[in-house]
Amino acid sequence: MNTVAICGNPNSGKTTLFNALTGSHQQVGNWPGVTVEKKVGKFKAAEKTISIVDLPGTYSLTANSIDERIARDFIIKENPDAVIVVVDQTNLERNLYLVLEILEMKKKVVLAFNMSDETQRRGISINTENLAKELGVKIVKTSASKKEGLNELKQAIIQTLENGKETQLFSYSEKFMKYLSQTEEILKKHHSDNFVDYGWTALKILEGDTEIKDSVSQETMQDIDKLTASMSQEFKEDPSIIVSEEKYKFISSLSKKYVTRKKVNESWSDKVDKVVTNKWLGIPIFLLVMWLTFTLTFTIGDIFNGMLDEGFVALGEWAGAKLGEGMLSSFIVNGIIGGVGSVVVFLPNIFLLFLFISFLGDVGYMPRAAFVMDKLMTKIGLHGKSFIPMILGFGCSIPAIMSTRTLESKRDRIVTILVNPFMSCAARLPVYTLVAGIFFPQNAGFVIFTLYVLGILISIISALIFKKTLFKNEESVFIMELPPYRLPSIKSILSEAGMRAFMFLKKAGTVIFAAVIVIWLLASLPAGVEYAGEESIIGIFGKIISPIFKPLGFGFWQASVSLFFGFLAKEVVTGTMGTLFGGEEILSQVLPQFFNSVSAYAFLVFTLLYTPCVATIGTIKQEIGAKWALFSVIYSFAAAYVVSFIVFTIGSIIF
Amino acid sequence: MILSECNPGFSGYVKSIMGEGNVKKRLLVMGVTPGSMITVVKKAPFGDPIEITIKNYSLTIRKEEASYITVEKGDEKK
Repeated sequence: MNTVAICGNPNSGKTTLFNALTGSHQQVGNWPGVTVEKKVGKFKAAEKTISIVDLPGTYSLTANSIDERIARDFIIKENPDAVIVVVDQTNLERNLYLVLEILEMKKKVVLAFNMSDETQRRGISINTENLAKELGVKIVKTSASKKEGLNELKQAIIQTLENGKETQLFSYSEKFMKYLSQTEEILKKHHSDNFVDYGWTALKILEGDTEIKDSVSQETMQDIDKLTASMSQEFKEDPSIIVSEEKYKFISSLSKKYVTRKKVNESWSDKVDKVVTNKWLGIPIFLLVMWLTFTLTFTIGDIFNGMLDEGFVALGEWAGAKLGEGMLSSFIVNGIIGGVGSVVVFLPNIFLLFLFISFLGDVGYMPRAAFVMDKLMTKIGLHGKSFIPMILGFGCSIPAIMSTRTLESKRDRIVTILVNPFMSCAARLPVYTLVAGIFFPQNAGFVIFTLYVLGILISIISALIFKKTLFKNEESVFIMELPPYRLPSIKSILSEAGMRAFMFLKKAGTVIFAAVIVIWLLASLPAGVEYAGEESIIGIFGKIISPIFKPLGFGFWQASVSLFFGFLAKEVVTGTMGTLFGGEEILSQVLPQFFNSVSAYAFLVFTLLYTPCVATIGTIKQEIGAKWALFSVIYSFAAAYVVSFIVFTIGSIIF
Repeated sequence: MILSECNPGFSGYVKSIMGEGNVKKRLLVMGVTPGSMITVVKKAPFGDPIEITIKNYSLTIRKEEASYITVEKGDEKK
């Protein structure tokens, strides 16, 4: 089976085109070693089945960001039979930059010239026939959102696979070509048979590609360095800059020959943007959008949450009645059904949150929000683009941390990830609801609200501390496209939100399931002890660590054990307390014997701030390494301890 | 003239990009190349970042990045 890769700039409609080509024949996995999603699909054309891999959207292939490295490595190492490059015709010149880079990799290429309808509306006409001839590839005009040009694209892919030709390097300015061919000569002299393509290798070395540079001998590099030194002198520029300039010069010449633009009236997108990012209205609109997102997520979500909750309770009762009393029964009813159920009830919230987030993303609002908020976010040590992960953090830290990939600078990315777990995720809510309901029945809502605010405050303070201490002199960059507003397709938003919800379910479900079994075992062993009693392993362990929490007001073993298991997943705290105190229904009578209102609040503060759950730590490790994951564990535990201590001490004096 | 000092409504072309390394390369990849037409569309509510049009699309950069870009009033040159 032939494999083709599909790549393109962000906002070029690549994902919509991929979905339109493959329909429902898709598989989502991860790229090896990174948490970036890898989508693979299939389509049929001319009796052939072709496998198609969706590469991350990138502006170039210089291997600077994770996305660029993935796309590049796939094209070089996996060697797909052909590459489809999706081009946003309304933004031809910048899109052609990536096209040139891929053509130079000597691949068989098909260009999908997307956004045809919008291009027409904007008065842009492109002579694709002659452009295709000059580039030596097939160009197919498509409109992914309207499913136009799909058959033609499939035909072109088949034809290109059968008899497409690899392109030759383009002719750049004479001055530049002289140095390029000299570099090629040096390579040929030192490495007579190492490279498949000397021209491309030479170009990459001039561009300063570290990976390619490392693949040639030191001797070679010495010769090349001499050459680039004189090149820099002649151009008065760094070679890597010269390469980009040469590419854009070539693109300009193409654009002059084949593109004509008519003056048209201001588009509706421009009109909308004048209001949305207006000097006075920008911030109020941003706040309104955020408020709407959250209100809708929680009000609509709660309806379904209630239904799911009742369903699990009914299921538990039914299973309990069938199984009767006993160890196995308690394991299945309280452990598995109760434990897994406590996660599944969040599913409607997660689904809705991602529904709104992907709507805002597809419509083009997200970059505007970053534009509007950047100055404020910078003031608190973050970046305009950090706000999306921070908002997502209210849902679940795992996708939130994964979404920091849009941040280019390492500093911004690490800081955003480290402070993210302080945004109170949905899993902590059941703990607040339970404890606040018992100790602050009159104003539980307000108490929960103060916890969310406290989380935001601690994340701001932490970001400021990190910026001033860990990353004093590191640069932060803000260079971002503001794509036109576009009407999103309902189907793609639904499928995106559905996929997210499924991944949450899968990840949380497996961890919770494991946690339940571990708790059950530790609470039942050694054989013969009272379930979760003082003599069980769990009880002994709790007694050892409980003195640590004495200064915070909850130095009894049940609290320690609950918090310990909360490390597996925060909502497990509630379930564990239920188990340890003899059932969730009697907690309202038992808990006041252990807590007063001040220590109960201190306990909630601790739950809010302490060490993120295992799955989150795993994600941090995957994204920025074990060192920072460990740092996050220690820092958040310390922050939780200090803040809870202050809350308990001051609270005890006042109340 | 330096781009960071230009007000909304400014229209001209890019003369050069100062500085070096990562920021410069990224600006170039995004199409901010010498000779290109550039207009300043607006400033964000707090005065920073700014929105510019380059190669017929909208790009936003901070004043920090804009301070690397020198521009000149008038039509496309080169």
